[in-house]
Amino acid sequence: MRYVIIGNSAAAVGGVEGIRRIDPEGEITLVSKEPYPVYSRPLISYFLAGQVDARHMGYRPSSFYRDYGVAALLGEEAETVDTEKSEVVLMDGQRIPYDRLLIATGGVPFVPPIKGVESRGVTTFTTYDDAKNLKRLVRGIKRVVILGGGLIGIKAMEGLQTHGVDITVVELMDRVLGLVLDKTASGILEKELQKEGVHLAKETTVREIVPDSEGKVSGVVLENGQALEADHVIIAIGVRPNLRVVEGTPIETNRGILVDDAMQTNIPNVYAAGDVAEAVDLLNGGRRVIPILPNAYRQGSVAGISMAGGEASYLGGLVMNSVEVGGIPAISAGIMNPPDGKGFEVKRFLDRKAHIYRKMVIRENRLVGFILIGAIDRAGIYTGLIRERIDVRPFKRRLLKMDFGVIDFPKDLRTYKLSTVYM
Amino acid sequence: MKRVYANEAVCAGCRLCEIWCVVAHSKTKDIIKAFNEEFPRPLPRVKVEEFGPFSFALQCRHCKEPPCIEACMTGAMHRETPEGPVLHDPDKCVGCWMCIMVCPYGAIDRDETIKKIASKCDLCQDEEEPSCVAHCPNEALVFEDRGE
Repeated sequence: MRYVIIGNSAAAVGGVEGIRRIDPEGEITLVSKEPYPVYSRPLISYFLAGQVDARHMGYRPSSFYRDYGVAALLGEEAETVDTEKSEVVLMDGQRIPYDRLLIATGGVPFVPPIKGVESRGVTTFTTYDDAKNLKRLVRGIKRVVILGGGLIGIKAMEGLQTHGVDITVVELMDRVLGLVLDKTASGILEKELQKEGVHLAKETTVREIVPDSEGKVSGVVLENGQALEADHVIIAIGVRPNLRVVEGTPIETNRGILVDDAMQTNIPNVYAAGDVAEAVDLLNGGRRVIPILPNAYRQGSVAGISMAGGEASYLGGLVMNSVEVGGIPAISAGIMNPPDGKGFEVKRFLDRKAHIYRKMVIRENRLVGFILIGAIDRAGIYTGLIRERIDVRPFKRRLLKMDFGVIDFPKDLRTYKLSTVYM
Repeated sequence: MKRVYANEAVCAGCRLCEIWCVVAHSKTKDIIKAFNEEFPRPLPRVKVEEFGPFSFALQCRHCKEPPCIEACMTGAMHRETPEGPVLHDPDKCVGCWMCIMVCPYGAIDRDETIKKIASKCDLCQDEEEPSCVAHCPNEALVFEDRGE
């Protein structure tokens, strides 16, 4: 069996490890545009901050490709997939035949057509090269504007903070981390950011990037008319599935590549996983792109096992994130901002002084979302309740408690939990 | 693989498991020295949960499909062999708490004593049986292969 994987991040690694669980023999070829052995993408902000060095960037040990029998073509870009002939066509014209293909090309940052966006000093922040580039430039940067106060923007901000750069985060929503927190939670973190000297410009966006006479960024003009000086701009609005290799092929896409529970596309023997895939959503049953690392790895693993002829099924993705802002940890999952009057029950606990906020969102006696700020310990118990759709009625009044634990489960469930392991 | 199982019916809630876990992960492995001289002292990786008359000890279940390994962004959380325990490499860990976000047992702690890292049960790799099991006075913790 000849396996080909396009991509080299969490989903690709999940794919390799999944294949090898079933098939120790088959040939695996991995094609990656980036010239690096698999690195941890979320570590790029730590690298920029100087908290993690190049030696510690690996997502797997340096012996990974050898240990798993993978021929890794690093620095080679796939151009398209010839589904008729079952071949991957590389940019240099090389054709790689496959029996099973995994497309794990991830996401690409969305760069809106703002006036002046082509100026020198406007970059994105999603790859190791982005981080290396920014690290090289950072000594010459005094003021940076980060367009987007979501996860990528906040991570870029964190990476730059240790370098003493003056930072302004511009966010269209009324709060930072708007998609993963609610107003109260964001408010707690924003206060810390401001204490640390980060400027926030909310409910506005960058209308224009202004270059100097040499074409280098000198500032931005916001939608609200405000002009800000800046010698660097980071575009961090979000990522889109990187669909380039499937354009013009019969592989079906919507926002991402559409896949079934085994991560197979509409074309037999062609699979997709990770930030490029549109897979089933645990909470609403529809399909959705959820670009987070745990989902990417799981999808890759399911794809790998399926490709090798094993039995695996993707139970559905769940939005979940863990971030720390200004030393305050935050974890959230599922539906965090339920619409009013749609049958959701919301429970909250807030201690502003202690920077603690806990919120539970319940629908039809099942936990469907939560936010934890400050007190995040044992958050996974809540994630587990969501995933396993457990009836929370017997312990609903205990849910928000700081010491909520397995002991609060009804005896049957507790005994079951203690006598089994997570499959 | 062999795992630690708790028997709630005979747990007295004495928390000796927590104490001996600290000793087992201390530098000196000596209870007096560990508690008297070692600062910062290691965190216990087993926790007794208690509510009224009920109690049991809980630690990493070393899951078959560990959500913590899937969610770990650095590769710090790993298995060395398919049947081996779920281990954690403090050198690779950056304390992002993704593992805490997904562990359905709540069996991973934040250890911020030296640098921010996750802290969890390693089944006492160098011992014949985990220290919590060896020192449980009432067999409320057992170390068995139940074919899982």
